[in-house]
Amino acid sequence: MKSTESTSTALKSDQTAKPGVTESTAPETMPVQAALTHNGADILIKTLADLGVDTIFGYPGGAVLPVYDTLFDNHDLNHVLIRHEQAGTHAADGYARATGKPGVVLATSGPGGTNTVTGIATAMMDSIPLVVFTGQVPTGVIGNDAFQEADIVGITRPITKQNYLVRDVNELEHVIREAFHIATNGRPGPVLVDLPKDMLNTKGRFSGMKKVDIPSFKPTVNGHHPQIAKAAEMLSNAKKPLIYVGGGAILGEAWEEVTAFAERMNIPVTTTLMGLGAFPESKPQSLGMLGMHGTWYANMAMTECDVLIAVGARFDDRVTGRLDGFSQNSRKIHIDIDPSCIGKNVPVEVPIVGDVKRVIPAIDKLATPPEISEWWDTIHTWQKEHPLVVPEADDKIYPQHMVKMISEVTEGNAIVVTDVGQHQMWAAQHYNYNHPRSWISSGGLGTMGYGFPAAMGAALACPDRDVVCITGDGGFQMSSYELATAVEYKIPVKIALMNNNCLGMVRQWQQLFYNNRTSYSVFGSNNPDFVKMAECYGAVGMRATNPAEMREVLTEAMKIKDGPVLMDFRVVETENCYPMVPSGAALNEMVESDEECK
Amino acid sequence: MSTTTITKDSRHTLSVLVKHNLNTFSRIIGIFSGKGFELESVTFASEAERGMARITITTYGNEETVEQINKHLHNVIDVLKVTDLTHKKCIERELAIVKVSTAKVGRPEIMLIAQAFKAKVIDITADKLALEVTGNTDKVDAMIEVLKPYGITEMSRTGSVALKREFQGAVNIN
Repeated sequence: MKSTESTSTALKSDQTAKPGVTESTAPETMPVQAALTHNGADILIKTLADLGVDTIFGYPGGAVLPVYDTLFDNHDLNHVLIRHEQAGTHAADGYARATGKPGVVLATSGPGGTNTVTGIATAMMDSIPLVVFTGQVPTGVIGNDAFQEADIVGITRPITKQNYLVRDVNELEHVIREAFHIATNGRPGPVLVDLPKDMLNTKGRFSGMKKVDIPSFKPTVNGHHPQIAKAAEMLSNAKKPLIYVGGGAILGEAWEEVTAFAERMNIPVTTTLMGLGAFPESKPQSLGMLGMHGTWYANMAMTECDVLIAVGARFDDRVTGRLDGFSQNSRKIHIDIDPSCIGKNVPVEVPIVGDVKRVIPAIDKLATPPEISEWWDTIHTWQKEHPLVVPEADDKIYPQHMVKMISEVTEGNAIVVTDVGQHQMWAAQHYNYNHPRSWISSGGLGTMGYGFPAAMGAALACPDRDVVCITGDGGFQMSSYELATAVEYKIPVKIALMNNNCLGMVRQWQQLFYNNRTSYSVFGSNNPDFVKMAECYGAVGMRATNPAEMREVLTEAMKIKDGPVLMDFRVVETENCYPMVPSGAALNEMVESDEECK
Repeated sequence: MSTTTITKDSRHTLSVLVKHNLNTFSRIIGIFSGKGFELESVTFASEAERGMARITITTYGNEETVEQINKHLHNVIDVLKVTDLTHKKCIERELAIVKVSTAKVGRPEIMLIAQAFKAKVIDITADKLALEVTGNTDKVDAMIEVLKPYGITEMSRTGSVALKREFQGAVNIN
């Protein structure tokens, strides 16, 4: 909570933080090199280097030409020329999710900025640290409908954690440092910095002062002790406890703490889509993913549990199903670094505002493993009676088998990146996630076209790891142009295209809820030849129509290390994704097959 | 999120201390429009402290909704402090200028009402009087109710400004 004390420090730091406009007001700590030797573009690049940025995803244009002129001589910073700014933000987002470091984007004014909007909103919904720099028309003509002018600060206000329009070149360095601080601390998120062209051309100061102190931004990390004690007491005495782990455990790098805690307490763990990898699925405590397409037993455990501890999860509607049927009999503990997430959708008995990485060990220290063998018996029965459904093998490629084979060939060690739809849910269900930062998917916003560019970002960030982009024929076509970038920079993304010639999830909903009226969701033979498409960009393209070919193609593809490879897997077109909690149903009202829906 | 029934009991006055810039102001208004919270009035003014501004917001909602509003306001980076004055002893004032028709009853009767509310007459024309009234929202509402039958031709209200009373003991001089 913010106090009056911080108000006075705010004023103080507000005056000192901005490198003095005149020499006389400059604080004594100002290093000597703070002379007017750099233009704004140099200050930008110098500050990025100083902050440890190694890669930026950008696209040039009129308003950012001064920055590109600086980049012409700069060989320390790896600038990746993407082919569309939206893909640039997704690539930076994938880079951030794979490493935990903030992704950095550079775009020009007007359309350059507006093209980043979907990527920024995607990052905002999943709390991904991004810093987006946009060019802007010179300050003198802002508001005059100048060429390529857009009020990008206004446009991105609701989808950024903070944004800035720089109006004084001497504030530029400080604003950039503040932007990175805000993007990466507390609940992470995207920050946009708008740079008018005259700010990039004007000479200003670079101080090299690293310290950032924002009195109005001090996230609570430690958790309130009495609440921690209460949580420990509740868990120790629980009969049917459940740990529900969300993306916060990944963002807060708390996977080891969560795993140690769950194992010692021997409490079942279910993860959200965003939490996949925070707890290894190979452990006996793992119930896999819960929610709309979660496992039967995870959803049942959520419905039946008596003490629920939510760890960096936000009770999203895709997780809870119908709210009045959601986990009615449980006492709820909720750990989150963002207080506005707590009590938003579901009332909670023990709210703990804090960093998961600190709060979980604190609870672990006070709690004793509960006696829950009956609870485990119930869960094991559920697991036996309702395992994840996989069709019987024949000479066709079933989507579920495709994901399972990728999991097998990569030994569960790849970074899996997806688009949005049926393939995303199958990828979440059937790949064996045992490592954090190895599942990259647009969970909150559900952005089609996200997968391939995000996979490029992840591959550039982690050159030692295999990156598989499991995508669909719909999603891939929204960003297939990035094949050019992947070929140019030799980015070895394995594109596993689950090609069912339709927008599978849309079709599934139309079948189930709209009387099978498959309106505009089937591409049929109007899809392009994806193998030729890959080849025309200079990438490798391969096709498989049966399981044997699929194994051959996958094995061959994994050997390619010097560029992208596209695998066109022709899967069974009619297959639907189950289990499913129909829209508006409670979590325990799952359906497990097409027949059950009729 | 938004409440369907608006009652006096669910009215909250929030005092928000922010760094003075319009981006912050827009972010705060955006919380109400973007997340569907109620907003009755809002005032924005520079603080005596340099670079600061105070935003006074009156909103409606049950306790859970107002708690969410509070948390979202705190999440705005440039917000330094949010004080919910609703359950605190606070000094609250609002100003209204009301133009009333004198055609039905003549000036003296309207001026008597004005006197009762300690309102000032600030403009007189052949068939109208303009009155300036200050007080808490209840008082301003009350005067407007009394004047309505005579015919209010135009009106402008500032919305509330409020501060916490230094003395939080039992007093009643509102």
